[in-house]
Amino acid sequence: MAADILALRGLSVAFETPGGRLHALRDVSLGLARGRVLGIAGESGCGKSTLVSAVIGLLPSNARLLGGEVLLDGRDLLAMGAEEMRAIRGQRMTVVFQDPMTALNPVLTIGRQMVAIQYRSGASGAEKRRRAVEYLARVRIPDPERRLGQYPHEFSGGMRQRICIAMALLLKPDLVIADEPTTALDATLELEVIALLRELQGEAGCAVLFISHHLGAIARLCDDVAIMYAGEVVERGAVRDIFHDARHPYTRALLTCDPGRIREATRTLPTIPGALPDLRRPPAGCIFRPRCADRDDRCAVRPGERALGPTHRAACHRAQELAPLARPVA
Amino acid sequence: MSAPASDDAAAAAGGRAPRLAGLRAVVADPMGALGLVMVVVVIAAALLADLSPHNPVAMLPRERFADPGLVHWLGTDHLGRDLFTRVLHGARIALLVALSATAISLAGGLVLGMAAGYGPRWLDSALLLVFDALRSFPTVMLALALVTLTGPSLKAVVAVVVIATLPGYGRVVRAQTMVLRHAEFVLAARALGAPAPRVLALDVMPNLIGPLLILVSMDIPVVITIEAGMSFLGLGVRPPTPSWGTILNDGYAFIRESPWPAIAGGLPIVAATLGFTFLGETLRDRFDPRLRREG
Amino acid sequence: MSALLAIEDLAVRFPSGGGLAGRLGLRPLPPIEAVAGVSLALEAGTTYALVGESGSGKSTLARAIVGLVPVARGTIRFQGRSVAGPGAEGLGALRRDVAILFQDPVGSLSPRRTVRSILAEPFRVHGVAADPGREVQRLLAEVGLAADFAHRYPHQLSGGQARRVGVARALALRPKLVIADEPTAGLDVSVQGELLNLMNDLQARLGIAFLMITHNLHVVRHVAHRMGVMYLGRLVEEGATAVIFSSPRHRYTEALLAAGAEPDARAGGPAIRGEVPSLIARPPGCEFHPRCGFALARCRTEAPGLTAIGTLRSFRCHNPAGVAAPGAPAGA
Repeated sequence: MAADILALRGLSVAFETPGGRLHALRDVSLGLARGRVLGIAGESGCGKSTLVSAVIGLLPSNARLLGGEVLLDGRDLLAMGAEEMRAIRGQRMTVVFQDPMTALNPVLTIGRQMVAIQYRSGASGAEKRRRAVEYLARVRIPDPERRLGQYPHEFSGGMRQRICIAMALLLKPDLVIADEPTTALDATLELEVIALLRELQGEAGCAVLFISHHLGAIARLCDDVAIMYAGEVVERGAVRDIFHDARHPYTRALLTCDPGRIREATRTLPTIPGALPDLRRPPAGCIFRPRCADRDDRCAVRPGERALGPTHRAACHRAQELAPLARPVA
Repeated sequence: MSAPASDDAAAAAGGRAPRLAGLRAVVADPMGALGLVMVVVVIAAALLADLSPHNPVAMLPRERFADPGLVHWLGTDHLGRDLFTRVLHGARIALLVALSATAISLAGGLVLGMAAGYGPRWLDSALLLVFDALRSFPTVMLALALVTLTGPSLKAVVAVVVIATLPGYGRVVRAQTMVLRHAEFVLAARALGAPAPRVLALDVMPNLIGPLLILVSMDIPVVITIEAGMSFLGLGVRPPTPSWGTILNDGYAFIRESPWPAIAGGLPIVAATLGFTFLGETLRDRFDPRLRREG
Repeated sequence: MSALLAIEDLAVRFPSGGGLAGRLGLRPLPPIEAVAGVSLALEAGTTYALVGESGSGKSTLARAIVGLVPVARGTIRFQGRSVAGPGAEGLGALRRDVAILFQDPVGSLSPRRTVRSILAEPFRVHGVAADPGREVQRLLAEVGLAADFAHRYPHQLSGGQARRVGVARALALRPKLVIADEPTAGLDVSVQGELLNLMNDLQARLGIAFLMITHNLHVVRHVAHRMGVMYLGRLVEEGATAVIFSSPRHRYTEALLAAGAEPDARAGGPAIRGEVPSLIARPPGCEFHPRCGFALARCRTEAPGLTAIGTLRSFRCHNPAGVAAPGAPAGA
């Protein structure tokens, strides 16, 4: 626990909306050890974006912190002042966003932007430039020396995302937060970006918090996974635990629905009946109960997390009872 | 951008009763609330002008240059006419010109702007040329030239205002139409086989009205000053019809005898322009901070 | 054999801008061919999937079919009648029988119109149906939405609901063909399954044919009868879905399938490197050769011809996968 670079303890965040208080995150606890890659998976509305905003300290103004801590290396980020937080962002903690086009300034050259983000380092201009070239080469931008003078629109979408990754790693952070970095990319480019992230993460030894709704990407890249549903972490564990021995009915439903995991071609695809609960009036008991095929009487009481293995945890009364999920043949 | 799967917890907030919420937002801003009150007072003045016991053009030579009192709330002018009543009737003229001229401008700007933005390229180039040519005339020169041809009248004032403001609306509409033209819901309507006028009227125009109304609310004070200015110069409303411009002009001529006629003419112009400006700016800041007048 | 939709050598060109000089006509640039000679046939009541990376021209092809972008060359025949190309009768024949389902579920719905107004529009435009209100109720029921959705505005719908309204609009005039542009893009897997099941159900009940444009190969595998793989505006491989999935021939298809496969364990590096080349600078020879791990010398100079194996499949590759004796040309 103490070795965790990032730890969330019972984090609860709500949004004040005209229709009432919307509970976007409820009692979320997570740990990300140094040098590991933690994937957060979940569908729209599960709270993963809110979680990222909370960690980087950029929650919207109508957000209310109801409790909990976000510990970076043991220090609570939520208790920090704006100034202190700014020093951590972009130094110890950097972010790769979903849309590389809007993340880069369109009117400045890549070189200027890569030099500008090193403003805290005392290095000379030439040294900063050299580092920029080095990192462009690392993310396999051909001819980095020349391309430093080009503008974002002169690069393809995949290259822009690789540049964003280079900028995130350039500052040698302890933690990189990658918020759906491959969602806007084609499958072939997604593969490439993931392979690159994996390789550079290994070299730099930093920890990565990887947010995605694409389970395939998570399986490829991450060491650990947390599955979120409607603002709660319903299951977490090592990649193997989640993909081979899922215990929470929601995780299982999610895996079952993935057409990539259905071996035989079928024209009737599985779905999760029902819809997300209204988070302004979350249902009593287990949050997944209204849609759960395995529910019983105990589910009227909110389940706590149960340990199923050294790292594997699921918030379900029936976690130990459920039969293993039939696995697609690899 | 497509809608990628990110959680929309915060976004779920919006959506309910946008109009009421808009009004509340305007009132919440002190500048907006002040503007709204001033605008309501001007409109009420125009509507209730006939309730005044005085006749705005009846001359009472014995009561010339009366100071404000219980009978004449703002005093009287050099012909003994009740200034308060004349100001009320002046509000009527000011609003009549402002509303009719902007309505004509708006309609013309919408039609021409959408034609430029949606039609073929040559039409766009031609209309842009017309817009830019019109916009390059100084308003005062335009007014003088027009009045030389037609003689001073309310219609001349409206014509000057339309020529001065229509190109601005036309350009904004054109720019927005060009963006909307590539929106998927417009493509969807076209794929259905809907004819261009139908697509423009039902799918494009409703999305232009909001930003345009904000522009209009910011143009109304300009129009009011143009009317007052032209009337002051004798290019607009003919005496004895009361207009804030003519009241001010009369007061200016007799300012040694009494300050009240000049005050009665000037004050409503200041109040109305400030009121509409405050309201317009609040609306703009609330709903579309990016929308700034070009030029 | 008369297909519902038959496309022959279709090409779509766009002017290539070229900055101020280009616009003034000082330095005219050759136009870009976004679709460069595509031929395909779609049978009634079946689903055909067009796959490819961004910039492969698949969406442009779809838009050309419904007349949203002009056709530069080639023919489109719908139910045997020519709708584009020499002797075309125009799109009139097509408008009622072909509907398009757009990519952005909310963005393709007019933001200031209610669901009722949006769904009644096809009937009003074509002057059919005495009572559009009743038709709207029927359509909502058909896609599984409650009747009171008629009064909502697009921003009051969830992504899945907006997608259903889009499907309802496409179904309005009982089309024979629905062109679906990335129907599942941005949808969560659970909602995606619902939409695909709905489309399959409609196909079974109403005999609708779908031309689906997608980059999601898993979806293709489950729902498409035939598929075509596009690269730089051309079909590089085409055929029955099951056949292509079990034994892709073109190296690009092979790489796409490998990229889409869901690994349980970590896979090696990507099968293809780099990105789709620019349409302005098409590579010579086989246009895929700069990214291909199996390129032969002739791939750099000579464009591969079409190898057709009955109607089951066809492809354009000098060194196809799954064929013995690499290097030897597989067909004519």
